[in-house]
Amino acid sequence: MTSTLPAATSPAPQDPPGLVVPEGHVKLTIDGVELTAPKGELLIRSAERIGTAIPRFCDHPLLEPVGACRQCLVEVEMGGRPMPKPQAACTQTVADGMVVRTQLTSPVAEKAQRSNLEFLLLNHPLDCPVCDKGGECPLQNQVMANGSGHSRMVDTKRTFTKPLAISTQILLDRERCVLCQRCTRFSDQIAGDRFIDLLERGSSQQIGIATDQPFQSYFSGNTIQICPVGALTSAAYRFRSRPFDLVSTPGVCEHCAGGCAIRVDWRRGEVTRRMAADDPQVNEEWNCDKGRFAFTYVGLDDRLTKPLVRNADGVLAEASWTEAMSAAAAGLATARDSAGVGVLTGGRLTVTDAYAYAKFARLALRTNDIDFRTRAGSAEEDTFLARHVVGNTPETGGVTYTDLEQAKTILLVGLEPEEEAGILFLRLRKSWRQHGSRIYSVGAVKTRGLTKLGGILVPAVPGAEPGVVAGLADSPVGEGLRAAHAVLLVGERAAEVPGLLTAAAQLAESTGARIAWVPRRAGDRGAVEAGALGSLLPGGRPVDGPAARAEVEKSWGASVPDRPGRNTGEILAAAAAGELAGLVVAGVSIEDLPDPTAAAKALAGVGFLVSLEIRRSAVTDLADVVFPVAASVEKDGAYRNWEGRDRPYDATITGKGTLADARVLDTLGVEMDVDLYTQTVKAATADLQRLGAFTGPRPTLAEVPDRPTRPAVEEPRGFLLATWRMNLDGGSLQDGEPYLAGTARAEVARISAVAAAALDLTDGSSVTVSTARGALTLPVEISPVADEVVWLPGRVAGASLASTIGAGHGDRVHLAAATTKGGS
Amino acid sequence: MSFLDPVKGFGVTFATMFKTVVTEDYPKNPEAPAERYHGRHQLNRHPDGLEKCVGCELCAWACPADAIFVEGGDNTDEERYSPGERYGANYQINYLRCIGCGLCIEACPTRSLTMTNEYEMADDDRQRLIYTKDMLLAPLLPGMEQPPHPLRLGDSEDYYVKGPELLRDRTANRTNSEGPQ
Ligand code: SF4
Ligand code: SF4
Ligand code: FES
Repeated sequence: MTSTLPAATSPAPQDPPGLVVPEGHVKLTIDGVELTAPKGELLIRSAERIGTAIPRFCDHPLLEPVGACRQCLVEVEMGGRPMPKPQAACTQTVADGMVVRTQLTSPVAEKAQRSNLEFLLLNHPLDCPVCDKGGECPLQNQVMANGSGHSRMVDTKRTFTKPLAISTQILLDRERCVLCQRCTRFSDQIAGDRFIDLLERGSSQQIGIATDQPFQSYFSGNTIQICPVGALTSAAYRFRSRPFDLVSTPGVCEHCAGGCAIRVDWRRGEVTRRMAADDPQVNEEWNCDKGRFAFTYVGLDDRLTKPLVRNADGVLAEASWTEAMSAAAAGLATARDSAGVGVLTGGRLTVTDAYAYAKFARLALRTNDIDFRTRAGSAEEDTFLARHVVGNTPETGGVTYTDLEQAKTILLVGLEPEEEAGILFLRLRKSWRQHGSRIYSVGAVKTRGLTKLGGILVPAVPGAEPGVVAGLADSPVGEGLRAAHAVLLVGERAAEVPGLLTAAAQLAESTGARIAWVPRRAGDRGAVEAGALGSLLPGGRPVDGPAARAEVEKSWGASVPDRPGRNTGEILAAAAAGELAGLVVAGVSIEDLPDPTAAAKALAGVGFLVSLEIRRSAVTDLADVVFPVAASVEKDGAYRNWEGRDRPYDATITGKGTLADARVLDTLGVEMDVDLYTQTVKAATADLQRLGAFTGPRPTLAEVPDRPTRPAVEEPRGFLLATWRMNLDGGSLQDGEPYLAGTARAEVARISAVAAAALDLTDGSSVTVSTARGALTLPVEISPVADEVVWLPGRVAGASLASTIGAGHGDRVHLAAATTKGGS
Repeated sequence: MSFLDPVKGFGVTFATMFKTVVTEDYPKNPEAPAERYHGRHQLNRHPDGLEKCVGCELCAWACPADAIFVEGGDNTDEERYSPGERYGANYQINYLRCIGCGLCIEACPTRSLTMTNEYEMADDDRQRLIYTKDMLLAPLLPGMEQPPHPLRLGDSEDYYVKGPELLRDRTANRTNSEGPQ
């Protein structure tokens, strides 16, 4: 024990006689307590482990230490010699024999901290009553706990114009800032969007943005949450409530397949804000702005509250649940008994809701014609899902976020993480920054998102990806994949290119890399597990496997149709051709479908259409019976994220009387004389669990199907279209949030410099992209893409490319400088 | 037992007839309550009519009976109800709950909320006993203007920021001090 310690004022240390110092650890004393700590650990963390909280503002466990606020000063003694001045515990690493005295035992440390608090308050306005952080503010709390009740400052405080909108969503109040740099460090280190920084010097030092670049980061909301004062606030939550009004409920984000844990704060039956919750295995302490701010869609005026039934005059009119149930049951039974009924579920359902649809289709509608995809599906994708995706969870050895963080090589196929899975992007960036992983991406565009991952583009023009992926086996990428800790992440977009999923799967099998599938929507993965797919029954059981079917039949106590079902495109085509007499459609926007015009026609023409929706939509307008269903916050349930991890949550807003899809279908089932046992989440989960996962053989990979030859270049200027959807693009779940919409990225057409020169275009000039079906005009951004490729955002001005120019990834489009309007 | 005993008790009655009465002639001639009586609340105004309430909800937080409901709002240059950024957009006091303790008054950082001496608040309708902002706002005195309107007290915000100081100076210069309202 250190005898140099002058009479410690702390209680006698109960030091274990022989404190064993493990390899790579050091022994030190904090406030008279002896402990060991791994080398390189920060003092502030070691102190936390023995239950001593050293006050702090700038320190954040997920950010690199900076020592900016000086609140964490402690007295440190090394080798019997005290350091001349108090040291910042958040930057000082432990050392052997170190003796540390915090504010608890050292008057010097206590005084340093108290004085620093006074210093931080010098220019801090006393506007806590009108500050959104008031009531949950670390600075306020510390001043209340340890600060002085009086200020010795008699001069006028420094003032700034307040607030300053640094994006449409984020408001900066520089007077309140304590210059801890948590926000700038987050943006720089975690998000890679260094749009805010420290400006000026001395007492005019402040946080700011460049004049020409607002703080348009998809992750900007996190800075609000970690700002230890009210310097950063959001326009959406501005003055809406105080923390003590709010009830906080844990929840799970419904916006993407990431599965972020969130905290939902609500008041009087309405959500007022959402925050990122701490889940080290999934989202750590972050989320993206969509998950944080896009929740207003639930309360919009077009929300459905009562069932609607089309009456004798062909008008959709409000009806009672009983009426609607019997109308739907009768209509569906008739349709089923004539040509049959198809089910489109959309990708936004919880697992139990998807399961209810899957069971309803098989038992009540006696069909396997069910698909959760709103995009093109293929037999190839079905096989891929059955072989490589379904049933893979963290428990069964599936790829996890942690695996990605520790991976050495990661290959992205058909996936743009920043746009399509925000939180996955942050983890990949961490993997690259902290663990030096090598990230490759197969695609046509070297995006900024990829640059932020330190990523390397494996160029492949749209349509040529399968060949490129197949060729990777013998390249340095393949070598990386063959080594330990290699992961292949396949986005759902890979299904758009015939042969790509197979090529990716074969690459994974030949190199031994692990493979994971990243869909875009929160409910996609759960739908696969729950059997909302024509070829798969719940638990990944193939419809065409008699043994698998028998398992389901035994558990359900009813027979299951044996003909594999059609996919979304085929179901809609069949409905249009009269081969299906009815459709049940949940959360599907016609716009998102591969061919919106044909889909709208099919929905309008089909004999009987039942829609389960939360808001009025183009589908509900065409429906014969509409059931209003509960939004995500209003129901219990669980999502499966891309890892296959179960993300259960309880309802936040209760008492609105809204019912989950599974409950509605259960009742509808009863009306049609079948029992689904899905009236509650508990019952449905138990039913699904009883089935368990399929243990039989998984389907083998098909041969790479012959890639259909792309239509020949019709003209010299036919460009290959590369496209994906942006994170913020005016999708229906982002409705009612103008501040968030303002932070969306500009919609541009990306072409190479060579192509631009050939077309007489410059950066920023307008280009018209056209096909036989339509045209749209966008500003050009000269980017690193292949000369024959044009990249477009998946939605332009709120309308999908499918609905405006009728083209998708890999199609040929025509480009021309926009001189005359309307294009060619 | 004396024969006077039956009338002895009237002594008190007769004596009292010549004392000053302690009862009040309510409701014909209601007495003024004590100066600091905790009566109905009032939301005060600045001399130009702008509201003092900043919608901070501290009164609601302080209220032990949960009688106050406040929702803040954002002032804009086009639509300004109070100096500064924030104003009380929705303000309600439920007099079925209010226990008249006055903790809200102590909590109010702007001296917006004070209590008047008005006590006639009985009613037979629950709804009417929830007083809304329009019922609680102080009347417009001469020189005051109904918000929303811009800051009228000079282009410096000094009055609004330094109001209490100015008031102190002013009252110090005067011998007869009136309570700020
Ligand atoms: S704005 Fe907040 S997070 Fe950023 S430096 Fe200032 S106090 Fe820290
Ligand atoms: S009355 Fe006072 S305490 Fe209550 S909200 Fe208004 S300013 Fe705040
Ligand atoms: S917490 Fe240590 S300097 Fe800020």
